[in-house]
Amino acid sequence: MRVYWEIARCGYQRYAAYPAATWAGVFTNMVFGFMRGSVLLALYAHRDEIGGYNASAALTYTWLVQALIAAIYIWGWRELGDRIRSGDIAIDLARPVHPQAAGLASDLGRALYHLLFRGVPPLLVGAVVFELTMPQTPLAGAAFVVSVVLAVAVSYGFRFLYSMAAFWLVDIRGVMVASAVVATLFSGFVIPVAYFPEWLAAVAYATPFPAMAQTPIDIFIGVLSGTEAAGALAMQAAWLAALLLGGRVLFAAGARRLVVQGG
Amino acid sequence: MAEVVSLYARLVRARVRSQLQYRTSFALDLVAMAGITFLDFVAVLVIFRNVPTLDGWSIGEVAFLYATSAMAFALTDMAIGHLDGLSQLVREGSFDLLLIRPRSTLFQVMTMDFQLKRLGKALQGLAVLVYALTLLDLAWTPGKIAMLVTMILAGAVIFGAVWIFVICIVFWSVEGRETANAFTYGGNYLAQFPITIYDAWLRRFLAYVVPMAFVSYMPALFILGKEDPLGLPGWLRFASPAVAVLTVLGAGAMWRHAMRHYRSAGG
Repeated sequence: MRVYWEIARCGYQRYAAYPAATWAGVFTNMVFGFMRGSVLLALYAHRDEIGGYNASAALTYTWLVQALIAAIYIWGWRELGDRIRSGDIAIDLARPVHPQAAGLASDLGRALYHLLFRGVPPLLVGAVVFELTMPQTPLAGAAFVVSVVLAVAVSYGFRFLYSMAAFWLVDIRGVMVASAVVATLFSGFVIPVAYFPEWLAAVAYATPFPAMAQTPIDIFIGVLSGTEAAGALAMQAAWLAALLLGGRVLFAAGARRLVVQGG
Repeated sequence: MAEVVSLYARLVRARVRSQLQYRTSFALDLVAMAGITFLDFVAVLVIFRNVPTLDGWSIGEVAFLYATSAMAFALTDMAIGHLDGLSQLVREGSFDLLLIRPRSTLFQVMTMDFQLKRLGKALQGLAVLVYALTLLDLAWTPGKIAMLVTMILAGAVIFGAVWIFVICIVFWSVEGRETANAFTYGGNYLAQFPITIYDAWLRRFLAYVVPMAFVSYMPALFILGKEDPLGLPGWLRFASPAVAVLTVLGAGAMWRHAMRHYRSAGG
């Protein structure tokens, strides 16, 4: 266990080394928070409620998305794919910890940094400028934190899974882009899944993507509470298990056919 | 000047030729690009599934704003989208190489790449434009047609100038690169909706100071024949080309200022 703790710490420190990059990201997240918030507010000029969201909930959703974007990291993660292509994966295979488990520890460390420094500042600004909907009970707050951790892990499980394509395709740029597109829409990062027409929402909820963003956000706002929230957390855990298992199986298959030249 | 233009054309032709070597791969990239950007528009469609108008703008009118802005941005992205990688050159010190060649650094940076596949994004914009026009049933005049072409070209120039202006931040802070995204991709997002929906301070800054209002909103008021709820002077609807020239001058001045500030990382 100790080794995973150390790996997570390194994951944290790796990103903590670039504070200016963090502030640049926070700035951009805030600009988008204001713009997207304006667009959603314009919607509420006609209606009091859309898909269970009132205006305050919609603003909270907008700012939470901006606060979670860096931590969830669904765009442009190519670390593992690059290691497989370059052959560096051979070194990972020689290590005493499974690359998937080590990667998860490192990613959770990274996410903690991003949550603290790219998540908290925009959320604070959003809460100061607008009337956001805060979790109603301490229990809801705790459930949100658990849900965010699960969301990061589910996102990692998914990123690990699509990176496995590198064993067969070498260049996974296309797979990455396609994955990011589908994940962006169905995770609720662009617009809440609750705004979707019913059939599209049904498609979304048949995928692991809402577990990466929509679930923690809905718990925060209170759209999901009580047993529904518990069920949503269980669903996230189930998707996490399925994705990690799928990743393991594909990794084993890929590693068997892997040929790395050089020495 | 003519010599610079012909050199630019030759460099771009060379890049395009090399990208067209793998036809299937190129075609797939083109389709993928169109697909990704289409998702943005899905968001607009979902919005209008829930409300009939957005701040007095119908779906056809917002689609028109979206399409013209998307096409302008796609052209810019195709020509200079690789400027996002400028921080890499500065960090590694390989920017030094550009300083000793007998052309301006800006010219060299702009011609380092040219991604024809991003035309896919413009095709997506074109498809949305056709959709918008079928909904709108506008009375076309030669003036309006000329304005449509002009606004897309002027918009592309404005996007490009803003991109160059803001990316200069990497000469001061390599890590600050992401700040530029708020103005480039953020600007594109802003221009896709009527600017009246934004808070006054945000509108004043991003629409007038960073003149995104002139990419789509102002010329669109003319083409769609809409009243301006902000009551701005009517001639502003025709000001996009002039604004484009001003932003180019601003970007050029900023770049020269940044060049004097550049200190090599010792590549």
